[in-house]
Amino acid sequence: MTARQLYLAAVPPGACLADPDADDPAGLGSDAVWAGTRAGSRIAFASYERLAGAAERGLFDFLLLDEEPPLPEHRGRPHEPVPAGGPEPIAVLNALAGVTTRLGLAATVDAACAQPYELARRLATLDHLSAGRAGWRVAVSADPRTGADHRFAGHADPCGRAAELVLAARALWDSWSPEGVPRPFAHRGRHFDIAGEFGLPRSPQGHPVVIRSGESGRAREPAAAWADVLLVRHAPPEPARARYADVKRRLAAYGRAPGDLKVMSRITVVLGDTAAEAQERAAGIGRRLVTPRHALHAVERIWGTDLSGYDPDGPLPRTEPRTRDRRTRALAARWRALAEEKGLSLRETVIEASGRPSFVGTPDAVAADLHRYAEEGAADGFLLAPQLPDGLEEFVDRVVPLLQERAAFRTEYRGGTLRSHLGVPGGTADDGR
Amino acid sequence: MRGLVHLAAALDLPGVFDGGAFAALARLAERGGLDFVTLDDSFARPGPDALGVLCRVAPATRRIGLVPTVTTTHTEPFRVQAAVATLDWVGRGRAGWRIDVSGTESEARLFGRRSAAPAGALWREAGEVADVAARLWDSWEDGAEIRDAATGRFLDGDRVHRVDFTGTGFSVRGPSTVPRPPQGHPVRVVDATDAHACTVAARHADVALVRAVSPAQAAGVRDRLREQARASGRDPDTLRVLVSLLVDLGDGEHAAEPGHGGGGPRPTVHGPLYRGGPVDLAELVTSWHAKGITDGFHFVPVEPRRDLERLVNGTVALLQHRGLFRTFYPGSTLREHLGLARPANRYAAPGASAVPPRAS
Repeated sequence: MTARQLYLAAVPPGACLADPDADDPAGLGSDAVWAGTRAGSRIAFASYERLAGAAERGLFDFLLLDEEPPLPEHRGRPHEPVPAGGPEPIAVLNALAGVTTRLGLAATVDAACAQPYELARRLATLDHLSAGRAGWRVAVSADPRTGADHRFAGHADPCGRAAELVLAARALWDSWSPEGVPRPFAHRGRHFDIAGEFGLPRSPQGHPVVIRSGESGRAREPAAAWADVLLVRHAPPEPARARYADVKRRLAAYGRAPGDLKVMSRITVVLGDTAAEAQERAAGIGRRLVTPRHALHAVERIWGTDLSGYDPDGPLPRTEPRTRDRRTRALAARWRALAEEKGLSLRETVIEASGRPSFVGTPDAVAADLHRYAEEGAADGFLLAPQLPDGLEEFVDRVVPLLQERAAFRTEYRGGTLRSHLGVPGGTADDGR
Repeated sequence: MRGLVHLAAALDLPGVFDGGAFAALARLAERGGLDFVTLDDSFARPGPDALGVLCRVAPATRRIGLVPTVTTTHTEPFRVQAAVATLDWVGRGRAGWRIDVSGTESEARLFGRRSAAPAGALWREAGEVADVAARLWDSWEDGAEIRDAATGRFLDGDRVHRVDFTGTGFSVRGPSTVPRPPQGHPVRVVDATDAHACTVAARHADVALVRAVSPAQAAGVRDRLREQARASGRDPDTLRVLVSLLVDLGDGEHAAEPGHGGGGPRPTVHGPLYRGGPVDLAELVTSWHAKGITDGFHFVPVEPRRDLERLVNGTVALLQHRGLFRTFYPGSTLREHLGLARPANRYAAPGASAVPPRAS
């Protein structure tokens, strides 16, 4: 009997998913990356080369690079504590295609301003150059400031636009004949009206792997319809199982099998030689991530008020946030409930809400927990979000071998393409998608 | 006494979509010490995304400049500058950008957002994109990323700037999402054949590509470009003018056909064409360079795999032997190869440190 196989992916240290459903509007989770002595550059190619090298050594399915959001601002100025600035992801992945051989290479794409022809062309190029390892995360971030930098942004229905973007891109990718002859395409929908001939023959994967992230039904339904991977926030096993079952249940309506969409939980991991040491390390990371100043900033960004007179060791503000945004208000309510339930100060609340790692323990215990989590039907795999610069290396060196010992993770790449790593079918013109 | 000649070559390989082939050609050009390679791009014909291909080539090469064509008509200006800046980071200061426009209705239909426009309007817009790109590259000062653990600041907010640019058809607020590239401004290249493009070249280009079949024609075009650059407030010595030549070195053993060698290339519908052997091409380069009528040449091989090899092992080797071309790269960035200074940042306070960041 074979154990269930996990899928593993990684994002760069300190990355936060810029998506409305990602629970990190305060942009936390990265202070330690740069305040630490071994701080890695966010822009130098060497950082990405090293990261990709580690992920490939660990036989990971893919590396995901996010698109940089507009520079965070705070009271009308650049928000100084938040790490910002980085490369354009698809360009970096093309370069990484030259220094890796098997690792999947995925980029976040903001569906609010992407144009199908240009996007399909860039992704098909990446798929060709990487011999079938391209993936893209369709994000619907709709930061209002993106509109200030782009001609055609600020669409009324960003989710509808995202779905149509996927559809149009696939029409382009399918347009050449199997013999390599370009055929005219035409796509006419609510958001795009395009026609002509696509510039590239069918790429090795046909369709680069589509990744979607999000929690709500609004995110799950489109994922069931057209995504190959769904990234979700980490949750305790019980609600995660219910969520997993719900996502898988939705697939049948689109003629898809449960294995056609992989659910991957976004996790942080803190290791130690003993359980106690791991706990201690986790607490230290939490305190380092969330300095008193950073804690105040985080709350200011949610509440939308100047809290410079506030004591970070005092309680959360008693007033309501000064925003009508539903998600921000819900987040504030969650933080308040958390503070009340556990009797936490403002800073402790921020640490608890955003700095708490998903898995803490010895490598053996973490490997066992990850394995059990998947065996129990809570996820198909994990997206590792390292908190420290060498977090991925540590995981690859200490946890991956133990997962392999449990026969829960591959010991070599079998296929060459990202689709073959993930075991997701599709990418052919005639599979009805 | 004139300096060394500048040499560049096109890597265009129709029907090729695999990165290894482009990397092999770029390495060959690098072995010859060429200033840069270009890779053309257009939505109007099949081919991969040129900037993506040269990103793939970057880690496979160490010194040679990498200049993809990126068009400005249908791609967001903000995205264009971010991609070019990223190529400069990936290539550790070796990126260029050949600016071009998309003029056909069939290209416009691929995007479905605007109709085809006349060349004058498209090039005016391209000039604005070139302008805003340079502003966005400056929107992060060198060293804006301070990572000061003591004050908990990652950025120095005083050294990151909005650009608040309003052009004819677009506006950009900024700042960029990509920190200032290693070269400050990646090298902007414009084919100045079209009269509208010529204006953009004179104003914004670091390298202008021109067509000429005779030394007199080359000298005239260069003088006009330099005069236009001066008129737009630039020092004309910050503009390199390279003669772009189609080269067919297929008859390597034979002398150039009459009219191809020392006398100059022959006009064709695709532009001036030199057909002959690599030795005669070296003669042509030597004689035009001696007359002081061009800063160098951009060779577009008719058959890249064959011609580039002959170019490097024949023409370039001879020019090196004559002391007209470098035998190794003394610098590491494309600007250094071209003898162009790293530009000051328009937003930085005078006297602010202009030490380039380490790209590795």
